[in-house]
Order: sequence, then structure tokens, then C-alpha cells
Amino acid sequence: MTIKELEKKANDIRKDLVDMLTEAKSGHSAGSLGLVDVFTALYFGNIVKYNPKKPEWKERDRVVLSNAHTCPAWYAVLAHAGYFDKKELKTLRKLGSILQGHPYRQSVPGIETSGGSLAQGLPIACGMAYNFAKIDKKDNWVWALTSDGEHDEGSMWEAAMFAGKYKLFNITQIMDRNNIQIDGYTEDVMPLEPLRDKYEAFGWHVMDVDGHNMEEIIDACNKSKAIFEKPSLIIAHTIPGKGVDFIEWKYSWHGKTPNKEEAKKALDELRTLGNRIKSESE
Amino acid sequence: MILAKNLYQKEKLERKPTRDGYGLGLVELGKENKDIIVLGADLTSSTRCNWFQDEFPERFIQCGVAEQNMIGVATGLALTNKVPFVSTYSVFCPGRNWDQIRISVAYNNVNVKMTGAHAGVSVGGDGATHQGLEDIALTRCLPNMTVLAPCDAIETQKATLAAGRMKGPVYLRFAREPTPVFTTKRTPFRIGQAEVLRKGKDASIIACGPIVYEALLAAEELSEQGISVRVINNHTIKPIDEEEIIKAAEQTGAIVTGEDHQVMGGLGSAIAEVLSKNEPVPIEMIGIQNRFGESGEPEELMKEFGLVAKNIKEAVIRVIKRKG
Repeated sequence: MTIKELEKKANDIRKDLVDMLTEAKSGHSAGSLGLVDVFTALYFGNIVKYNPKKPEWKERDRVVLSNAHTCPAWYAVLAHAGYFDKKELKTLRKLGSILQGHPYRQSVPGIETSGGSLAQGLPIACGMAYNFAKIDKKDNWVWALTSDGEHDEGSMWEAAMFAGKYKLFNITQIMDRNNIQIDGYTEDVMPLEPLRDKYEAFGWHVMDVDGHNMEEIIDACNKSKAIFEKPSLIIAHTIPGKGVDFIEWKYSWHGKTPNKEEAKKALDELRTLGNRIKSESE
Repeated sequence: MILAKNLYQKEKLERKPTRDGYGLGLVELGKENKDIIVLGADLTSSTRCNWFQDEFPERFIQCGVAEQNMIGVATGLALTNKVPFVSTYSVFCPGRNWDQIRISVAYNNVNVKMTGAHAGVSVGGDGATHQGLEDIALTRCLPNMTVLAPCDAIETQKATLAAGRMKGPVYLRFAREPTPVFTTKRTPFRIGQAEVLRKGKDASIIACGPIVYEALLAAEELSEQGISVRVINNHTIKPIDEEEIIKAAEQTGAIVTGEDHQVMGGLGSAIAEVLSKNEPVPIEMIGIQNRFGESGEPEELMKEFGLVAKNIKEAVIRVIKRKG
């Protein structure tokens, strides 16, 4: 896809996301909207190796979502990628749905590991990468999506140390640096900076990107695959709630969803695609 | 039942720590399956993983003192078709990393084997902090888990092999100190099947771990007083052998449970859960009675905490008196 097409795809996914969250009546809006561009770049920007017709394909890359509460974005992207019918998206969080509030490996094709309790994904990614790099010696890549807030947890740093020690070059961690967590701004709740220095001290190669700039995201992902001495971290600076004005930057939207009226407002806004197309309600 | 010669002469039996059985079992598994990987957290020789490490250095992963990450690494290995064994003390696994076990291992239902060494007050001098008394309770409440507490070094070896050959999460507990080896290579062992080691009709003792031997001694002494006691080795705490337990209650009418673990949530509770809904009979529970452990010689501690044959005998007499 061209950059323009990727941007259009991300916008379509955001619209589905607003619909899903509104229908579900509970869930995490800000983080999910903020990660759409990263997910879109990974799945439609020719970064992740996958085959929706064969979710168990041996040569596939592994994608692990450590901040698993942002799974609505992942669900929408997987549906767009052809892993399951888009109709399923409206069943998010409903009884019997394959789309649990936090991802359940056994029910969703394309989801490699269940998650929901923070800071468990990066350690799992380390185990996968260790196997591919050191035991099986295969070139499957491991993409670990994490959040800034979950770096309050000690196990993130245990995993960072482990990946550094074993030089797990086949992990690319993409950290959603949106500066918010449930109780407020990350630097107020528990300061994380200087993140770059910390990770470099742990033996990682660190890159900073604008998490809404397709070109930058894709470029950094490709660069990370060319580094064979150490694991890579891409700090993706994102706007929580990106694309919907009244959600952007507001930590109060961490764990809530739009009501019908708010959803209409959000969709109108998304349909303009940065004022390049007309809103349907005009 | 096939058991050691001179079974009731404690001093004549060989003594070995159950963890030795784990070390031997791992090496055997490593030879038969190249996908077996062992993970350690800075306790490699204490958990006997060094035997595996010496044999298969490329399949041993040193994780440092970081038990939460270790569970994640094991999960990642299992999700890429390896069979990881996580080895540390029971106070750290499942003690410290229970949330990781709950979500990454149990909810995910992955093929991760976890072992908790140094379980029970019999650990001795290290005291309360290092005596795992809650691990059975912590693991048996999780769906998809299999929970094993073998009774001696030979059985621990069999349990290790069985855990490595089955699919799904397993927690395996073992002790620190050398204890009598009273089973043999030919004693049957199957996960999920309790074994009647001694027949009896007046009461049944259902125990796990090295306490099973104390139960046999108690039964032998009671037989001299004309009391006939069945002894059951219940090495699998989950999935529990309901049939054998219900049969013991029906046929003997009174139960004593025995474990080196808190009675709250442990084997005793598991037996009570089965019997209260199927065959309610009087139960006495030998185990740790809502206390933390403390330092001391293992044998002293076993007496102090009421876990030896004498205590089991008294419990049998009490429970028989309570029969309707």
C-alpha cells in the first residue's frame, strides 16, 4: 500500500473502532485509537509476515500485545487483514463472543497469546525470540507492542535485562508512548524518563518515531530488522485518542467508551479525514 | 502393592531428597525429547537442574533472580513448541509469580511445567521465608492446571517424566531434605490415580509428599493395637481421584489427611471438597495449622508442627471416635 492508502486504511479502521467501542459500552478508547496507525503500518505496510488463511503458518512472525487492553484496535486490524469476518467486531465484550474484553488466544485467529494483566507480553516475546534465535535458529521475527504505563511494572525491566543479556536481535519492541495512564500523566504517576537512556543502558537499540507518521513507523521497523547485535525498541510517540478531537490527550478516556451521540461526533470527524473529504452529515 | 523391602524399618531405608528425582527425571526427559528446555533462576544446583545443564548446556536458560520474567520466557518457548521446565523454590514459583502463572500459563493453557522446590517446614534452618506452605492452594485453584506432590525421590522422577510427556500446565512440588525412599521402580504411578499402599477397614489416611511414609508407619503401629488403617498415596492433587477417595470414605467411614502444607486450601481441603458433597464422613487434617514455619532441624520441625507418625496415629484414633 502507498502511504496515502495506509492513511485511508487507518481511518477506516478507526471508524470501525468507534462503532465497536460504542456498541460494547465499555473498553479502552484512548489507547486503542492511538495505536491504530502503528497496527496498520505493521499489517498493511509489509512489515509483519503473516497469512490470514493459515494463522498457524510456521514461517509467520509473532505479534504480542503486552498492553492488551488496547486489543480493540488489534481486533479491527485483524478483521481488515482477513483473519475473521468484520461482523464479529460488533460482538466485542458480549457473552459468547470470540472478542473478549482482553484477548483470549484460543478464540481469535491471529492472536498468539492471551493477555490483560500488564507487563506479561514482553517476557513472552523474549521466550519466543530466544527460541527462534538460539534454539531453532529460524528467522521468524517477534513484534512486541507495549505501553509506557506498563513500564511501572518490574517484570518489564526483568524482560528488558533478559533480552539485553541474550542479544535478542529478533525482537522489535514498539512502545506506545502516549504519556497517559489511568490515574493521570505518566510523569506524574511514576516518572519513566529518560526512557531512551534506560533502554540503551539495558543493551537495546532505541529509535524515536512519530507514532502517526506511516513513513517513520515503517522506516524504523525496517531498520530494526537490520540490527543484529541487540534488541530494538521503537518509542512511538502517539496521541491518545488520535483522530477524535474530544478524546485526544485526555487520560479520562483511558477506560471509557463513547455514547451514541459522542460516537456520531467522532465518526463525522473521522469521515472528513483531516478535512480532505466531506463529512456525510454535512 | 510393590514397595521397598524392610518397609517399616525407617533406619534401613535409603534416604534421598525428592529433588534428586527431579534432577534425574530431567536428564532422562532431555535424552528422549530434544524440545525439553530447563529454566533456572539462580538456584541451579539447589534445584538439581545442574545435572541437566551439564548434559544439555544449550537447552538450559539462566534467567537470573527474576521469576516473573522466567514464567513469560517459558510461555514464549511453549508457544513456539518447546516443553519448558521452570525451576526454583515454591515460595517464588508459584509464590512470587502467581499472576504470570494465572494469565500467561493457565488461562493461555500452554505446555509449561513449573516446579517448586523446598516445599514444607521440613526445609529446616532457612525458616519461614523459605518454607513453601501455600503452593498447593495457589496452584490447584487455577483451571487447566495439574498439581503433583510425589512422596519420595523415585516417585518424583516418575512424576517429572509423566509431566514432561503430558500436554498442559503442570505444577510439581518437592522437598529439600533427604527422606526415606520407600517406593520402587516398579511401584505404579499414573497422574490422576491415587494408590492404595496399604489395605485397611477402620479408617483411611490420604496423604501426599514425604508424609505418606509417616502415614505408613502410623498404620503399622496402629495394627499392633488391632486397628486396621488404609493408606493412600494421593500424589495428584489435581485432577483429584474422586473415585478412590469416595471409596475410602464409604468402606472405612473415617479419613485422616496428611501434608506438609497449610491445611487451608491444601490436600486436606481438596479431600473435604470431594467428600462433603459425595460421602460426608469425619475428617481430621494433619498439616500446618494456620502458622508460619520457623528455623530448626527438619526432624524437630516435623514434630513441632505435628507432622510425624505419632500425630497421625492420634488423629486416626480421634477420627474413629467421631464415627457415627
